[in-house]
Amino acid sequence: MFRNLTLLAAEAGPVNAGDGGWWADTAGIMLVLPFVAFLLILFFGKRMKYEGGEFAVGALAIGLVWATVLFVMNMTGGVLDQTTFEIARIGSGIVFELGWVVDGLSIMMYFLVNFVGLVVFIYALGYMKGDIRVNNFFASFSLFAGAMLVLVGSPNLIQMIIGWEGVGLASYLLIGHYWEDLDNVRAGNKAFLTNKVADVGLILGAILVGIAIGNFDFAALSEASVNQNAELGAVAFVGGLLLFFGAMGKSAQFPLHIWLPDAMAGPTPVSALMHAATMVTAGIYLMARMFPLFQNLAQDARVYMVAIGAITLFAIGLLALVANDIKKVLAYSTVSQLGYMMTAVAAGGYTAGLFHLFTHAFFKALLFLGAGSVIHAVHSNNMSDMGGLRKYMPTTYWTFVVGSLALAGIVPLSGFWSKDEILATLGYEGYTAVMWIAIAGAFVTAFYMTRAVALTFFGEYKGHGEPHESPKLMTRPLIALAIPSALFGLLNIPGVSIPGIGNFTDWLAVRVVAMGDHHPEGINFGLAAAGLAAALLGIALGWMIWGKDTKTQKERDSLEIPVLYPLLRRKYYLDDAALGIVGATMGPVARSVDWINTYVIDGIVNAAGALTRGLGGFVYAILDQRGVDGFVNGLSVVADGAGGGLRKLQTGRVQQYASFFVAGAIVLAVVFVILS
Amino acid sequence: MLVNQFLVLSAALFSLGVYGLLVRRNIVLILLSVELMLNAVNINLIAFESVIRSADATGQVFAIFIITVAAAEVGIGLAIVLMILRNRRSANVDELNLMRW
Amino acid sequence: MEWFDSWGLTLIVFLPLAGALLLGLVPGDKEDILKRGALLVTLAAFGLSLVLIWLFEFGGGTYNTYQFEVNESWIGAINANYHLGVDGISLPLLVLSTFVMVLAVIYSWNHWEEPYNPKAFLILMLILATGMNGTFVALDLVLFFIFFEIVLLPMYFMIGVWGDRTPRKIPGFAKEIETRLYASIKFFLFTLFGSAFMLLGFLALYFKSGEFGERTFDIVQLTELGAMGSFTGTFAFLVFGAMFLGFAVKVPMWPFHTWLPDAHTAAPTVGSVLLAAILLKLGSYAFIRISIPILPEEAANWAPAIAILAVIGIIYGSLACLAQTDMKRLIAFSSVGHMGFVMLGIATLTDIGINAAIIGMVAHGLITGLLFFLAGSMSHRYHTREMDRLGGNMKLMPVMGGILAFTAMASLGLPGLAGFWGEFMALVGSYNPLDGLPLGVFRTSMVLGAIGTVLTAGYMLYMLQKVNLGEPKAEWDGHEFHDVDRWEMTAWVPLIILIVVIGVYPKIIFESTTDTVVSLIDTVFGSDVTASISSGG
Repeated sequence: MFRNLTLLAAEAGPVNAGDGGWWADTAGIMLVLPFVAFLLILFFGKRMKYEGGEFAVGALAIGLVWATVLFVMNMTGGVLDQTTFEIARIGSGIVFELGWVVDGLSIMMYFLVNFVGLVVFIYALGYMKGDIRVNNFFASFSLFAGAMLVLVGSPNLIQMIIGWEGVGLASYLLIGHYWEDLDNVRAGNKAFLTNKVADVGLILGAILVGIAIGNFDFAALSEASVNQNAELGAVAFVGGLLLFFGAMGKSAQFPLHIWLPDAMAGPTPVSALMHAATMVTAGIYLMARMFPLFQNLAQDARVYMVAIGAITLFAIGLLALVANDIKKVLAYSTVSQLGYMMTAVAAGGYTAGLFHLFTHAFFKALLFLGAGSVIHAVHSNNMSDMGGLRKYMPTTYWTFVVGSLALAGIVPLSGFWSKDEILATLGYEGYTAVMWIAIAGAFVTAFYMTRAVALTFFGEYKGHGEPHESPKLMTRPLIALAIPSALFGLLNIPGVSIPGIGNFTDWLAVRVVAMGDHHPEGINFGLAAAGLAAALLGIALGWMIWGKDTKTQKERDSLEIPVLYPLLRRKYYLDDAALGIVGATMGPVARSVDWINTYVIDGIVNAAGALTRGLGGFVYAILDQRGVDGFVNGLSVVADGAGGGLRKLQTGRVQQYASFFVAGAIVLAVVFVILS
Repeated sequence: MLVNQFLVLSAALFSLGVYGLLVRRNIVLILLSVELMLNAVNINLIAFESVIRSADATGQVFAIFIITVAAAEVGIGLAIVLMILRNRRSANVDELNLMRW
Repeated sequence: MEWFDSWGLTLIVFLPLAGALLLGLVPGDKEDILKRGALLVTLAAFGLSLVLIWLFEFGGGTYNTYQFEVNESWIGAINANYHLGVDGISLPLLVLSTFVMVLAVIYSWNHWEEPYNPKAFLILMLILATGMNGTFVALDLVLFFIFFEIVLLPMYFMIGVWGDRTPRKIPGFAKEIETRLYASIKFFLFTLFGSAFMLLGFLALYFKSGEFGERTFDIVQLTELGAMGSFTGTFAFLVFGAMFLGFAVKVPMWPFHTWLPDAHTAAPTVGSVLLAAILLKLGSYAFIRISIPILPEEAANWAPAIAILAVIGIIYGSLACLAQTDMKRLIAFSSVGHMGFVMLGIATLTDIGINAAIIGMVAHGLITGLLFFLAGSMSHRYHTREMDRLGGNMKLMPVMGGILAFTAMASLGLPGLAGFWGEFMALVGSYNPLDGLPLGVFRTSMVLGAIGTVLTAGYMLYMLQKVNLGEPKAEWDGHEFHDVDRWEMTAWVPLIILIVVIGVYPKIIFESTTDTVVSLIDTVFGSDVTASISSGG
């Protein structure tokens, strides 16, 4: 049943990758553990001290052991292995398999999901204490992590779809965690349905490319792409765009990003996990897995993808400037950063996009958890109720600032390096205009993060009560994330290879086939300076506007440029349009279908029934009662009359009878005589 | 031997019987007329038998049968007539139309 | 186990009927004996079907060969035989049928609708079981027809006697009519209407087969004749059409579906469950067993039409769901959509598509059966099915709410649960239908079907939001609701487990079906048939 594959790895010719041995063969445990935890929490969670959170944390902690071991093995030698087992085989060669891949890309994701997940889970133990339905929360949380691991470990498109929708389900459950309020339920519905719309693209795309070569396996698809397979080439453009459409949903690309800000309805740890390591990275991951297809066969599709990414990174970033809810600021920031990643991967910067995904996961999780810590303290999501928290919550403040600077791309924090690599890639691939948009985006990023930090942590406290620092269970995770947020950028300085372990680019390069993506050999100082300058300008301008304190937050936050401000406040009217269109059409359409069903189709059926009944009435009253029965009755009338006449013959006189008799005999005798 | 004279006799007797049957009103006379007709038939049968001489003497056998049946018939007939006379004090058939519908 | 080879199927089919006769001897007030007796009989039938799986030789068999075959002369005058047999296609459905029967009996342990009378109800259920089991193993058209029709009667009485008594205004009728009366009569007449045409088709085949030897009703022989291309031209076209009417009503395909929502809404819970879980499969099974193998060329001619109707059903059913206010009616309409996927799979005439149809049937049986169980239990407790009055069920009955959420997710085709494979593979199949079928029609169907999955998600979430989530309505203040009881749990947990297992490991169904289906396609769509289609024949 189990099939172990050792695949050839090659970037420039085969690399000397190991098969990971026991650790790779058993990596599936990592994928299964969260589901075990899910069941344990459902059945036994309520009896535990943290209502089942222990199981969730334990599952990820054990998973992290595997992830770390594999991560280190991959650093030092490269690991490449695939284990699959068949779950269905359909006649003419279509095989469905489950399993797990262990290569550079998936190891990076395993590590990310397990590490960030574990930190967020531990944080949630503190954050959710005393909340309602904590065991349900941790159950869904485990499901979330588990589905994401299934997704990133997937050796083929089918398992990917399973994980993909599993993530969607878990996000639905978590966004709607406080389901007593129907607004939260609607947010969950919106997320699920927006993603489901995108999933149509994923499923159709998977069918197109999978059927073309008769195999849904990523390894086979990559190989066919590199070998310029003709069948695959024929569907590559459409299939590629469909897959991209699927990725747009999960990775919240314009205009399918509308679900993501609403998804803030869930508890803050959910947002942290969703925006950092799970869910939104799924789309980027899909693009990376299918990279050979776009690189070799579907180049024509790329320009559209880059365009979408560019719109996302700039236009949605602007929305963060007007949001009052601190989580929404971060949410729009995530969408914008996803735009960066998508643009990079689409333009051909496989490593650049994934490196940004990697660094972003740490600092965005950090920012969300920091925001959660703040919300925990002031009991409000709105920045108008905050201010001056620097004094009350120092750990949260410092870690939040580190995260913000990393996000803004200030040297030497991690965001600087990854963003710089994206800029370099865009320049190299010839998307110069997009590159400048990305630099402008860096300015916007720094600008809104400055606003968030200023409004939250500087000036006087404007809320109620006396805020104080969160418990250690929540601040420790902040520190645990602040360190990688600051330092992990150094793992991939262009042209710098750390002795013995190489750099991030090398680790990702362990994969099935060579793909030939570009990564810069050295730092492009001009570009780096431009990006940095944009960021610094953003911080400076932001500080000028929001830095000084006023009586109310509203006064501070009063940069209301005409036209642009209302446009941004209404989120480009996209939500209104989407909800308006769906609301205005689906209801009436559904009702009219129901009407058709009741009055037309059923009407026909009922009319047929009525007609048959009418026909029956006709048959009975006219044909039967008057016709057939009339005939029968008529016969009886005739018989009756005839009898009345004949009975007169019977007089009872014997001699009369006798005379008839004799007359009859004479007649017969005469007839006899004549005939003879 | 000629058969004709027997047949003429028989026909005459039969006609007399028929006449009596249709015309007489007294029920006893009607019964007698019926006997006359039966005996006319008997003469016929005997006459033909004496000419044909069938192997098992069918004519004679039938004649004997008819005599027997006639005796029985007269027995029952007279019994009925007797009962009618007792009940009705009349032997006139015109008054006996009980067997109407 | 040699006796089992010849007697196994007969036992599985007629054991319930014998049980029904025995129950008839038990006095009606001995409820415990009746229930235990029924449970015993259904368990025995299920146990025998497990033995069947155990003895079944999987893999390798060519189509039109059956296992555990019985073939005895039955009505010599018309050459109708008592011919039973099972192959990889019918095996999962037969097991599903016996399995769901057991759960239905368990569930009815303490769920009785007015006017009570468990004896009559259990007897009807057992008769129903015989009809359903028989349909899946009958290999003679007369026998098939009889089993197919036997099913009608108990279901008619279930709906008509135990059904929903609320009066309803039916458009076109002057007076308000009790839902159960309207629904039961509609169900009976509608299905009978289709069956009449089906019988005509069967008779036509019987007489036509006389031209190639002895006249026969035997499906095996007719399949051989069909594969040789004996039935062609206008004759075959009309015969397929007649049988199509009969089967499509039962499936039900759009636009022959309108009996379904009424019947489901009116039927007692167990009736709805059996109707959804098994009765609907009789029609689609008949397409695979009878229409396609015997009239392959016509199947190819009709396939685009079937695909179009199926897709209309998917979209239309989902849209109609969004307009429903009655929970049970919503679930009923969802069946129209799901069976649309099954029929889309069949219409592709590929191994993938037909496999998709079979796993889709099994999954729909499990999932929608469970949904109807839940809807029944909830209306037992709330005494209403109006979704506007429900809400906050998760708060009042968390376990039931959780199971409802799970089942809704399964129903919307969440990957990893059973419903996914049928939908996904039907789409895969329609991307590449049988050679010669119009690609444009099928690929459009694929896209529309995929969009249908979004609508499916839409109405399922709508139902969850209306029923499960939010605060409970004020009218339920002070009401005590008891959560899922142990009989319900016993009936539902096996379904839940199976939904997950099939979702993660669909091989347990495909192991049985794949080889047979592949062989079916190879046998009936040999190169000459496909060639003649592509050349316009």
